[in-house]
Amino acid sequence: MASKKFSRSDGRAFDQLRPMETRVGVIPRADGSALFRIGNTVAIAAVYGPRAFHPTFLRNPERGVLRCNYNMMAFSGSGERVRPGPSRRSREISLVTEKALNSVIDLSEFPNTVVDVFIELLQTDGGTRCAGITAASMALADAGFLMKEMVSAVSVGALEDNLVVDLTSEEDCELKAVDIPIAMTSRSKNITLLQLDGMISKDNFFAAVELAKKACSALHDVQAKALREKYPQGADENGK
Amino acid sequence: MSLLIKEKQLVIPGETLAKGMDFVPSDGTYRDGDEIVCGQLGLISVHGRVLRIIPLAGRYIPREEDVVIGRVVNMSLSSWQIDIGYAYEANLSLRDASSDFIERGSDLAKYYDFGDIVTCKVIQVNRAKFVDLTVKGPGLKKLKGGRIINISIAKIPRVIGKQGSMVSLIKQVTGCEITIGQNGRVWISGEPEKEYLAERSIYLVEREPQHVGLTDKVKAFLERGGVDGK
Repeated sequence: MASKKFSRSDGRAFDQLRPMETRVGVIPRADGSALFRIGNTVAIAAVYGPRAFHPTFLRNPERGVLRCNYNMMAFSGSGERVRPGPSRRSREISLVTEKALNSVIDLSEFPNTVVDVFIELLQTDGGTRCAGITAASMALADAGFLMKEMVSAVSVGALEDNLVVDLTSEEDCELKAVDIPIAMTSRSKNITLLQLDGMISKDNFFAAVELAKKACSALHDVQAKALREKYPQGADENGK
Repeated sequence: MSLLIKEKQLVIPGETLAKGMDFVPSDGTYRDGDEIVCGQLGLISVHGRVLRIIPLAGRYIPREEDVVIGRVVNMSLSSWQIDIGYAYEANLSLRDASSDFIERGSDLAKYYDFGDIVTCKVIQVNRAKFVDLTVKGPGLKKLKGGRIINISIAKIPRVIGKQGSMVSLIKQVTGCEITIGQNGRVWISGEPEKEYLAERSIYLVEREPQHVGLTDKVKAFLERGGVDGK
């Protein structure tokens, strides 16, 4: 099904992620924070809370509410200025991010409160919602919340019938790839986000999900490494 | 049927800690089939058969019997609202505010005014996490003078030390009065220079909680008068 002639413009293999960089605790004043870079896409997530929730009718007396806010910085795009403030697109992405993270996090200890997750994209080159989710998952773990497992996300797609992982902006927009952002939990491999933009055959779709599964495990290793690096081991915690 | 981690190892949510039914999950861990899994970033502690996570971060969650340091932020006809560092303010009712009899309708600001700092004890936390406080009890009072610093909740046990060894060392050398609230607020009162010294030594403990022989390091730090030794 894959044509032999096709190759990606940045020379990557079809199943190869872009180079990644992660740091945890980049915003000391936040309760938890993380930076995640994949290629030219850079996301920072900061977590605040649990804190007082207003307006009160949104409160949940059973558990805390997770509230995500996704935002692209004005200077982050491909040369064109991004209009600041909420947009239809950013509201949608905030919502799907919330849903992608809600299933792993346990906020039942904090009824009536809100936990805020702010995701800022400093630079964008495709896969921003996935980078945001990956960073937010690390930031929530860093903030010390009860979480069943981690979440990592990647976009997969089809370029002229070739299945590729981690699409760049060029591949997505100019080459009109089928774009499938997928978020997956680290342990049970459950899918917590799946969107699809374009047309794809059933077989290719399932193959793409398998590709995402492999990529998400690789992403999880990167997340785990970053969290471990924040707390160098050796000396024991009690100082005994 | 085995433990997959070492005591005091850093574990990450979703990581398998043990296999088989020989171990029991406790705080921050959960069972999934025949495996015990980490549910919170932190250091693992193995107590016989019980696995629990010692968290490294997180905000204050009120629990009964906690002694906390709070600030009066609001007043009603029969109670005070105290900020204790949780999402919502705690309630200090007339009945629990003082061992004196407070007459109905009297001026509550005479007892605790806006902005006053009070050490209090959590007497009740209900399901909705509404907190009731009391100022009746040994060591509970309105605090006058001194300074307040904030430290991370996870580091409080280090600052207190074994049987209070760390805090009593700092108290002894600086001659300051020190009260540590479970909500991460520390009140220090004494000579201004000594207060500053005590403050910096507490930050030292907070910064390097994993340091081996921390008590000796803090002792040396205090004896040098707060000069960083290399």
